[in-house]
Amino acid sequence: MKRLKLVLVGNGMAGVRTIEELLKLAPDMYDITVFGAEPHPNYNRILLSPVLAGEQTIDEIVLNGWDWYADHGITLHAGRKVTEVDRIGRLVRAVGPDGEVVETTYDRLLLCTGSNPFILPVPGKDLKGVIGYRDIADTDYMIETARTHRHAVVIGGGLLGLEAANGLMLRGMQVTVVHNSGCLMDRQLDTVAGGLLRQSLEGRGLSFRLAAQTQELVDDGAGRVKAVRFKEGPEVPADLVVMAVGIRPNTALAESMRLHCNRGIVVNDTMQTVTDPRVYSVGECAAHRGIAYGLVAPLFEQAKVAANHLAQWGIGRYQGSLTSTKLKVTGIDLFSAGEFQGGEGTEEIVMSDPFGGVYKKLVLKDDKLIGACLYGDTSDGSWYFKLLRDGRSIADIREKLMFGESNIGDTGHEGHSKAAGMPDEAEVCGCNGVTKGTICKAIREKGLFTLDEVKKHTKASASCGSCTGLVEQILMFTAGGDYSAAPGRKAVCGCTDASHQDVRDAIREQKYLTHAQVYAGLGWRTSDGCATCRPAVNYYLISTWPKEARDDPQSRFVNERSHANIQKDGTYSVIPRMWGGHTTPDELRRIADAADKYKIPTVKVTGGQRIDLLGVKKEDLPGVWKDIGMPSGFAYGKSLRTVKTCVGSEWCRFGTQDSTQMGKDIEHALWAMYSPHKVKIAVSGCPRNCAEAGIKDVGVIGVDSGWEIYVGGNGGIKTEVAQFLVKVRTAAEVMEYTGAFLALYRTEAWYLERTVHYIARVGLDHVKKRILDDAEGRRALWEHLQFALDGEPDPWFESVQASVDVRQFVPVAEVPA
Amino acid sequence: MNDWTTICRLEDIPVLGARRVARPAGVAVAVFRTADDAVFALLDRCPHKGGPLSQGIVFGHSVACPLHNWTIALDDGCARAPDDGCVPRFACRVEAGAVLLDAGELARHALDLEAPRAGPGAATAGALDDESFSVQAPHGA
Repeated sequence: MKRLKLVLVGNGMAGVRTIEELLKLAPDMYDITVFGAEPHPNYNRILLSPVLAGEQTIDEIVLNGWDWYADHGITLHAGRKVTEVDRIGRLVRAVGPDGEVVETTYDRLLLCTGSNPFILPVPGKDLKGVIGYRDIADTDYMIETARTHRHAVVIGGGLLGLEAANGLMLRGMQVTVVHNSGCLMDRQLDTVAGGLLRQSLEGRGLSFRLAAQTQELVDDGAGRVKAVRFKEGPEVPADLVVMAVGIRPNTALAESMRLHCNRGIVVNDTMQTVTDPRVYSVGECAAHRGIAYGLVAPLFEQAKVAANHLAQWGIGRYQGSLTSTKLKVTGIDLFSAGEFQGGEGTEEIVMSDPFGGVYKKLVLKDDKLIGACLYGDTSDGSWYFKLLRDGRSIADIREKLMFGESNIGDTGHEGHSKAAGMPDEAEVCGCNGVTKGTICKAIREKGLFTLDEVKKHTKASASCGSCTGLVEQILMFTAGGDYSAAPGRKAVCGCTDASHQDVRDAIREQKYLTHAQVYAGLGWRTSDGCATCRPAVNYYLISTWPKEARDDPQSRFVNERSHANIQKDGTYSVIPRMWGGHTTPDELRRIADAADKYKIPTVKVTGGQRIDLLGVKKEDLPGVWKDIGMPSGFAYGKSLRTVKTCVGSEWCRFGTQDSTQMGKDIEHALWAMYSPHKVKIAVSGCPRNCAEAGIKDVGVIGVDSGWEIYVGGNGGIKTEVAQFLVKVRTAAEVMEYTGAFLALYRTEAWYLERTVHYIARVGLDHVKKRILDDAEGRRALWEHLQFALDGEPDPWFESVQASVDVRQFVPVAEVPA
Repeated sequence: MNDWTTICRLEDIPVLGARRVARPAGVAVAVFRTADDAVFALLDRCPHKGGPLSQGIVFGHSVACPLHNWTIALDDGCARAPDDGCVPRFACRVEAGAVLLDAGELARHALDLEAPRAGPGAATAGALDDESFSVQAPHGA
């Protein structure tokens, strides 16, 4: 097949990113030609400020070097500006610096012309020494001017203006920032934070003229600027004037092509121009639903969608982005996102310590976080931004909200919460042993921008995820821009665009009973899924349609297929069930005998009050199970693990309730229950709580007058204290409420979501409504769970019923010696 | 010259699964069967930390290692980028429903690679580096 011709106009971040995404999907579909007005390969425009400040070099901010274009067979015309596009002849015409004209035809055209700095229409705007701040040439000009001249004025006290001012000051100039509002960065900060920022910058040597209207740039008589004159007050000397009052989408070419423009080139949700479907536009020049985005994350989202469409995959729509802001001035931490100004119908939580230079404001509406403005301590910015994007109810964490995520007890990185202050050799990811230096290096050298990319390349935050916030911060100041994805729905995996909720809903509504139906019904791109989606789909099928959908052992992780826990040398551990932590001399003898007979190297008592036999060969598993003769402990599954108990009123002189019996009863009722993730339960006989019920998925605590039930505790990566659900009088009620809660969790939670995360997502109020307020619904849930669990086989002894493929325990063949 | 020897019937290997061929010396060989009944044979030892690939989830023409979820391509035995490393391959064919491997290769190929070790004493006996066990990150991450 003849290859299609794709022409990209604009060799910047948005356009080249689109090409990169396209090459991933359809490397051979197009002959690609790229035009760029600048004589450089694609570089990270966001990092021009650190270059100006002398913290990075141009070479360091190049994203795709010359080799990249050559390696991918892309024709690059750097330094050739496109002057004309004939949409009827599908012809692009460009002119080089030497006046040489280049023409090329296209089948698809991608316009990524970016934006231009807005130049105030004041007298003197065309004088020498007056520039915008946009590209490498501007940056070089500023660096050059700083060597030879003394006074600089930056017009515009926004993000870009302050970064320019800071850079010029570090280059030795005396800089005055002029701003028309009384508050710096008034589109990103409220007045308090703006004031703190001004103080801090003044402390560094910047001068300010706030609430000032620029009237004229004064000529020195030789065509160069010499001062800035205002409507009121004295003029300020200036050898250099940088205009940073905003950007305007660069639509000149698009308008000449008669494409519809309205504050940008108007595009639809597939990033095609509304005028001509052969023409796409991505980036700062594109107006999507009336918004032209100037931050990197939305551009990359758009790039993905455009690439997807160009590759003729026909899926993926861009639906707009939420954005957040961070100033790249070393040593000043500020962050804002959403509707941080507050207003009608909103509530604010404010913490202000002007002396310590810390200010935080959170804006809430209807129990949701809708805006955040942080100054001085932005370590929780990414967490707030996530809450904001997810739009989840914060009612249950409201009192903790201001103190941040780091307040809740992270483990694995020595309690660090501020990535900026960490030395390079400090460990960020305690699971995979990744240091800050390693992450920074990978981001710089491999040009990473998103959390997923960092995860893939460094493994940081790829395991338990507790260091995600730190990694996001590192990404933020190493790569410059923000790292965020579009709000809302996250696909289960790369095989599909469907989210976990989509899959759950479809299985229930369409009554899908097999993997094949799910994959076909939801448009999976792969024929048999992957190691991420298959176990999730399998769980959704069997939990939604018990007794109807068939369990697929090949879609289960090895532990649930072998009914034992795989160890790092490929042997397994065996944990027999001990109801409520109770055992007998007979059982212990059998365990001891089996350990001897099968030469099991390690015998260990677990945290869940049972015994673990480690180092069992796969071939020996059936023999060990049979010799021990105890039920499967399900210690290997996303399933009910143990019910931990204290000795309770039977023996304990303080005991108020028979916690042991309660625990045994719960364990008997719920054993063999598969769930979205592992489930741990504990029952204590009095408020001394020796069974540590406060950190279990369900914790039951006996008191003199009955039982208290807590849910959503977790003793793992993040210690989470369980929340009080209800107090009941009888053991039968404990069973019903516990069962109903777990039934709800089983049918509503996403795969691999622990109870604490499930509750955080849906809100404790939702759980209370279903379990406490609706007695009939509660009983129905409990009955449904009992129906699902009724007659569940023991996989250690009933292999056929439990669909255990026993062939796995022996080699298929043995090569004779 | 290949010395083809019958190992098992195709149906002895579960679809989207694997079986092991034990060898008198060296790590076992994993024989995989995909959804389209293609059969592949690799040393049962992930290039990362030696995990038994035969125990992983098979999808497409790949397998996910059960220890740390590396994805290994069944046809060339190499890890999917950005992970890096390859596992030795074994010649393999299916003839009239029988799965055949090369006896010479089974006897001699990749005997130098050791199985990973764990448990008391393993750390001093040249075990592979320790690494915490974690396969999938929670949603919140």
